[in-house]
Amino acid sequence: MEKSREYVIVAEDLWMTLEGKQVLKGVDLRVESGEALVILGRSGAGKSVLLQCIIGLMTPDSGRIIVDGMEVTAFTTEKEWKKLWMKVGFLFQGGALFDSMTLSENIAFPILKHTGITEKRALDCTEELLSLVGLEGEGKKLPSELSGGMQKRASLARTLALGPSIVLYDEPTSGLDPVTSDSISRLIKDLNRQGGNTSIIVTHDIRLAFQIADHIAMLEDGKVIMAGTPEEFRRSEMEHVSRFIYGSEQPVAGREG
Amino acid sequence: MINSLRQLGRFFIRCARYFGEFILFAVKAMGMLFDRPPFIRETIVQMYHIGVRSVPLIGLAGLSIGIVLGMQTIDILGKFGATQYVAAVVGLSMVEELGPVITALLVAGRAGSGISAELGSMLVTRQIDALKVLAINPVKYLATTRIVACILVLPLLTALADFLGILGGMFIGVTQAGIHYQAYIYKTLDFIYITDFLPGLIKASVFGLIIGTVACHEGFKVQGGTEGVGRSTTSAVVLSSLMILISDVYMTKILVTLWPEVG
Ligand SMILES: Nc1ncnc2c1ncn2[C@@H]1O[C@H](COP(=O)(O)OP(=O)(O)O)[C@@H](O)[C@H]1O
Ligand SMILES: [Mg+2]
Repeated sequence: MEKSREYVIVAEDLWMTLEGKQVLKGVDLRVESGEALVILGRSGAGKSVLLQCIIGLMTPDSGRIIVDGMEVTAFTTEKEWKKLWMKVGFLFQGGALFDSMTLSENIAFPILKHTGITEKRALDCTEELLSLVGLEGEGKKLPSELSGGMQKRASLARTLALGPSIVLYDEPTSGLDPVTSDSISRLIKDLNRQGGNTSIIVTHDIRLAFQIADHIAMLEDGKVIMAGTPEEFRRSEMEHVSRFIYGSEQPVAGREG
Repeated sequence: MINSLRQLGRFFIRCARYFGEFILFAVKAMGMLFDRPPFIRETIVQMYHIGVRSVPLIGLAGLSIGIVLGMQTIDILGKFGATQYVAAVVGLSMVEELGPVITALLVAGRAGSGISAELGSMLVTRQIDALKVLAINPVKYLATTRIVACILVLPLLTALADFLGILGGMFIGVTQAGIHYQAYIYKTLDFIYITDFLPGLIKASVFGLIIGTVACHEGFKVQGGTEGVGRSTTSAVVLSSLMILISDVYMTKILVTLWPEVG
């Protein structure tokens, strides 16, 4: 319990079975306040499942999750969940925009539902958020009229609408071109450095990882096989890790020699 | 023999489980009715989608049922030389039975299927999870609002079907039985009291509850991607139609007991 005070997000020994398959096999994580933790891993490693356990969309079979001092795995009432969800932003891998609403309506939705402000003020906030993700002037469009990358950015704007102090990003830059991807990673970095946000960023984009990570954890087949600073990862000689970072074409031995 | 008994047993267990789930869902959704915030705007939007957009279909159905009913009734009553009673027969049949049931079956097909397809695809594309993490209860925001909209809209649509059915009957009465339209209207008002309307409108509300709850329940339990959405849409229509017809039997029995003059 003492430890959880200095860490904003703690996951201890998470196990999870989905449809007979062991997806998480004893995952441990710790994220300090104001820190950006990148979770790296190949697709199917269990990254999205892990994030969804932290936010409460999935329930692990066993283990403990503590977010901002709240023991998520011991929640029993809807009120507790609501308190967590008001504080934590979650960016879905697929965006999950409401497809019957325009981008502006999507982004204004949480603002209108949770704050007392007028519709007009909410729309001003919406414009601000849209320009933050580089979508100024696109607010009147429906999600179906946008590319996947633009949907992802609009979804990010919605995630940030309530000003969460903790943000979980599931593949924030997948499907984005390198230029947009860099601007998104700068945005995430700013939110951490200047906004004091704590975040977990799930990705298999190694460039993004090195751009924004304070710490990196590598997930492979439901286990954290390595955790450390970006520097430690660059120097790592673990085969799984270096193959992930440098690609499989380059023989590990060759790099050492 | 044993095998078919076993299958029969399984079938009943499945039915019982479905019904249990269904009742739990209904209680959950309606239990949130007075939780804040009330989502009034969303309810009104749904009333528009379910109600206003069904008006042409329900109107046409009411009119044609009234016309057919008029033709048949005149034919039968003619054998007893009692064609002047056509107004009463058509009016009472529409108001007490055909209006509510036809309306409910058509709305189940048109709006019920739409609701379950919409919620199902929202589930598949994670929009329902998105509501959750934005701290909006999806059952309250999506289901309670739609069920309430159905409960409020069905009596209105039923009244429309009743009215147009009576109009259709009058058209036939005037053209085929040579009854003066004023006489037809007087006869209708003579025989049909507000207390005849009321049981039909109560039935309609219950049918609305059934349509809304079945459609939302089916939408929320979609499994297996887009294909699952199609399956649940079909079962929403089939199940709600069945429940409408079965509950109609019981409700008619109860209402006849409560309003003896109906019988
Ligand atoms: N809802 C689900 N039902 C069943 N299996 C799932 C579900 N979600 C994910 N899985 C399985 O869990 C494993 C990890 O998935 P995921 O966490 O999405 O991987 P990724 O690391 O690419 O995000 C995969 O084998 C996937 O098939
Ligand atoms: Mg994933």
